[in-house]
Amino acid sequence: MNLLSFFQRRRGSAPIARDRLQVLLAHERAVLGQRDLVAILREEILAVIGRHVRVDSDKVRVKMDRGASISTLEVDIEIPTAEGGLKLAIAG
Amino acid sequence: MAKVLVVTSGKGGVGKTTTTAALGAALAQGGQSVVVIDFDVGLRNLDLVLGAERRVVYDLINVVQGEAKLSQALIRDKRVETLSLLAASQTRDKDALSEEGVGRIIAELREKFDWVICDSPAGIERGSALAMRFADVAVVVTNPEVSSVRDSDRIIGLLDSKTERAEKGERMEKHLLITRFDPAREMRGEMLKTEDVLEILSIPLLGIIPESEEVLRASNVGSPVTLNAPLSAPARAYLDAAKRLRGEVVAMTVPTERRAGLLSKLFRRAA
Repeated sequence: MNLLSFFQRRRGSAPIARDRLQVLLAHERAVLGQRDLVAILREEILAVIGRHVRVDSDKVRVKMDRGASISTLEVDIEIPTAEGGLKLAIAG
Repeated sequence: MAKVLVVTSGKGGVGKTTTTAALGAALAQGGQSVVVIDFDVGLRNLDLVLGAERRVVYDLINVVQGEAKLSQALIRDKRVETLSLLAASQTRDKDALSEEGVGRIIAELREKFDWVICDSPAGIERGSALAMRFADVAVVVTNPEVSSVRDSDRIIGLLDSKTERAEKGERMEKHLLITRFDPAREMRGEMLKTEDVLEILSIPLLGIIPESEEVLRASNVGSPVTLNAPLSAPARAYLDAAKRLRGEVVAMTVPTERRAGLLSKLFRRAA
């Protein structure tokens, strides 16, 4: 047993597990496609809008359609107003 | 309004069925009406863990195929009357489950219960896809161990892309439940730290269930741990997790086993 492995044993194997997982999952997520891009976009859009207007997290829809030559991202947000509701839709 | 919750993990043996039984019972003990559904067609076990294995007459597939009414297939728990079970079929093929049929049953159950809890089979095949398909909320059960964390990452990806909610562009609420946790081994650096698992999977923590002999004892006798040993560490962790699911703010702790007093030791001998 050399000095390095002696210290590694004392430190425990959990940090090795964490490092291996981080490398592996970064790779797998890239291969399997941006797995939760829509979920991430959703949270971030909600945070940005929430800074200015109060929005219900259930009233935000983010949808992505992937096509062969063109993909579309559809964002649909319902903003409450005194009268009832204002709907904001962004498509791009 | 009813919530449909899926208990899923990707990997087998991490505690999905134990968790379904314990969370289902904990919510029912708190006065909510709950139905738990076993989606593991051909390898059903939720009935056994709930001690209802001899009361199954009709199952999920009978209802999907119109051979029995939902009311005939629901088995009401004998200890907590607000808890019901819909068993999986032990003899039929899982292809007998149609998406349309499952959707119809879940819509019907939404009318009758506060919580519809779907116990997913392991894997990422048809059974687990249908268990998560109509869910509003997911509990991802993970052990602090590399293969379980990897599989959970995959399942989170599927929850964000293959569920009805995700396809409609709505938010899929996801919670992480760490099971079989051993604080002493975490401290010695032998087990992945909770904070590392949380950082890697980046979904909010619902609870940490400590490894305990009470979990095995509860399944031996066919009773959810929250009913069989409500003061035990895993039961308290599940009861707290159930409160968090209902939106209560409960401080996150890892319950530890209380030293058993002489009286409770004697009582256990007698039991």
